Amino acid sequence: MSILVDKNTRVLCQGMGKAGTFHAKMCREYGTQVVGGVVPGKGGTSKEGFPLFNTVAEAVRKTGADASMIFVPPAGAADAILEAADAGIRVIVAITEGIPILDMARVMRFLKEKNCRLIGPNCPGIITPGQCKIGIMPGYIHKPGPVGVISRSGTLTYEAVWQLSNLGLGQSTCVGIGGDPIVGTTQIDLLRLFQDDPQTEAILLIGEIGGTAEEKAAAYIQQHVTKPVAAFVAGQTAPPGKRMGHAGAIISGGSGTAKDKIAAFRAAGIAVADSPADLGVTVQRAMLSPK
Amino acid sequence: MKIHEYQAKELLAQAGAKIPRGIVVSSVAEAQQAFDQLGGGPVVIKAQVHAGGRGKGRFKSPPVPGEDKGGVSGVKFVTNRADVARVAEIMLRYPLVTAQTGEAGQKVSKLLVVEASAKIVREVYIGMVLDRDIGAPVLMACAEGGVEIEEVAAHSPEKILKTVVEPEFGLQPFQARRIAYDLGFTGPQASQAEAIITALARVYLEKDCSLAEINPLAVMDPGDVLAVDAKMTFDDNALFRHPDIAALRDEAEEDPAELRAGRAGLSYISLTGNIGCLVNGAGLAMATMDIIKYHGGEPANFLDVGGGANKEQVTEAFRILLGDPRVKAVLVNIFGGIMQCDIIAGAILAAFKEVGFHVPLVVRLEGTNVELGRKMLAESGQNITTANGLTEAAKKVVAAAK
Repeated sequence: MSILVDKNTRVLCQGMGKAGTFHAKMCREYGTQVVGGVVPGKGGTSKEGFPLFNTVAEAVRKTGADASMIFVPPAGAADAILEAADAGIRVIVAITEGIPILDMARVMRFLKEKNCRLIGPNCPGIITPGQCKIGIMPGYIHKPGPVGVISRSGTLTYEAVWQLSNLGLGQSTCVGIGGDPIVGTTQIDLLRLFQDDPQTEAILLIGEIGGTAEEKAAAYIQQHVTKPVAAFVAGQTAPPGKRMGHAGAIISGGSGTAKDKIAAFRAAGIAVADSPADLGVTVQRAMLSPK
Repeated sequence: MKIHEYQAKELLAQAGAKIPRGIVVSSVAEAQQAFDQLGGGPVVIKAQVHAGGRGKGRFKSPPVPGEDKGGVSGVKFVTNRADVARVAEIMLRYPLVTAQTGEAGQKVSKLLVVEASAKIVREVYIGMVLDRDIGAPVLMACAEGGVEIEEVAAHSPEKILKTVVEPEFGLQPFQARRIAYDLGFTGPQASQAEAIITALARVYLEKDCSLAEINPLAVMDPGDVLAVDAKMTFDDNALFRHPDIAALRDEAEEDPAELRAGRAGLSYISLTGNIGCLVNGAGLAMATMDIIKYHGGEPANFLDVGGGANKEQVTEAFRILLGDPRVKAVLVNIFGGIMQCDIIAGAILAAFKEVGFHVPLVVRLEGTNVELGRKMLAESGQNITTANGLTEAAKKVVAAAK
C-alpha cells in the first residue's frame, strides 16, 4: 500500500519543453506509466516515444490517464491545472515554480467543486518508491518501506530520504507539498492519508518558516495521529521579513517563526530534530518509542 | 517588490480613492516650489523610503540648532518656506535610520510634500493581504488607525474586522458598505470611505499585490475622508503581466548583493555572520544556515543556486560571496539529485580558478555521481576541504572561520 499513487497510476505530462520532456523520460525510466504528453498544436505527433495530445480531455479519453505532472511555465500553469481538473484527472502534480499567488487563489476556488487532488505548485512531486515517481526527485535514493514523508522543500527532502534509506528505513510515499503560500495539498491532508495507510508505520514532517501550517499540523497530530511522527523545521536562523527562496518562506508580522513551530510540535509530543543531519535518526528513535 | 508611498497613493487615486494634495520633489528648490504651489500653508515633508518606521526614524545629520535631539524625523511637519528648505536639505543629504534600515540608514532621493492645513480628527486602518489558511485575500479593517496593525493583531485581534474577498468576484459593494459602517463612518463620509475601500481592493486584485494598506485612512476637519499614507508590496511572480508596476521598482532601495544575485537567477539574502553558504534548494539552504548555527557558527547569507545551476551561475555566486569582506570561510552544500555532483564539482573548480579564493572552502557533495565529483575535487590540487555528511561539513567550516 501507499498513498495517492502506485504502479497502476497512468501519468500525463503537461508541458513538454526541455524540463518536461527530460523528467517525463526520467519518470518512465523509473518505471512510472507515463502515457503521453499534452502540447497544444502538437496533437497526433510524438516526442521521445510519448504520444502528444492537444488537450488533456483528449489525452484522458485516449490513454485513460488519471494523474498529470505539470511543467507549463508560470503564466499558463494555473490554466493547465484547471484543464487537468476539468478533464477528470485525479492527482495533479504542479512542479512549476513562480505561479502568481492570486492565480492559485482562483484555482483553489475552482478545485473545491472537483474531485481531484492538487500537489504543489512549486514542488518536487510525489513518489511511491519502486512503483511510481511523478516529479523531479532523484528516484534511486528512495527505497520502499514504512516511513511516510511530507515536506515543503525539494533538496531537503532528498537529504531526509537519503538519511532514511541509509538507515535501512524505506518510504511508503514521499510528498513534496511545495514552497508557495497556497498549496493544493496540506500537511494535514497527508497526515490523514498516512494515518489510514496500512504500509505507513511512521511519518516524517519537514516544515519551514512562514504561515501557520505546522502549528495546525501539530494540533491535528495530537488529536488524530497514532503513528509516531518526527519533524524538522528549516529556517531557525532566517531573519524576519525576508523571503527565503520559497515564496511562502517568510516570517511576517511576528508569525511563522521556526521557534513557534518547533514549540508547537514539542507541545504535541512530536520528536523534533535539532539538526538537519538528524532527520533519519529522529524518525528511527520515534519508531522505537511509539506514543 | 515594494514601491514608495507616493507611487502607492497614485495607484489608489487612479482607482478612485481620494488622497491629500501632494507633490514629489527631489531637490530643495523643488521642495520650496511645491510649498508655494500647495498654497504656502503648513505641509508635511515625507521622506520616500521603502523601510517602515519613518515617523520614529531620524536623519543622521550633525546636530541642527532648534531641531529635536537625535535629528530630523523621516516625516516632518513644517509651516514656512525657510523651514521647508532646511528640512529638505537634511533629508536629501543624510541617510535616514529607522528600526528597519539598520545602523547605516537609507539614502533618500525623493520627498513627498503634502498639504497639511486640515487637521486629522480620526484615523482608521484598512489593509489587504493573503490569508494563507483560507487561500484567499482578506480585507482587514480596524477602527484604531495610525498604529502598528501587527500589535493590534497580537494583543486584541477582536478589534480587526476581516472580510474575505473572493479573488474571482472582487470586493462587492455591500462588503465595502458594511466595512465603512462597521468602522463607524456615517452620512457622506460613509460613501467616501467606501470609495477608498473599493479602490484598495481593486488595486490589490488588478495589480497582483501581496500587501496593500492605507494607514491611516483619515477623517479631516471639516469632513473629507482621505488615504493619508499607503504601503504596497507586489507579488514578484506576477510582475511579468504588469510592466507598469515593474517600472516603479527603485533599485537604490535594495541590497546590492541581493540585486546582483537576482539578475543571475540566484536567490540570495544577506545575513550578519561570517560563513558564506552556497546551496542548491531553498529548504536545504535554510537547513544549512541552521546547522552552521547549531555548531556555533554564524551564516553570512542565504544562497540558493536552484535545481539546475550552471557554471556561470556558480561562478557569479562565488564572486558575490567572496565580495563580502565579512566572509571568513565558505561552505558549499550540494545534494545532487537532478544536478550531478561531477558537474557541480567542475563548476566549483572553474569558479575557484577564475575568482581566486582568499578564504577556506569546505565542500560537501552528496547524491548523483558523488564519487566522481569528490575525486575531481581531491585531485585538483586546490586547497579544498571536503566533508562527508552535513555535521562534518558544518563543524569544519565553523572551525575554519574562527
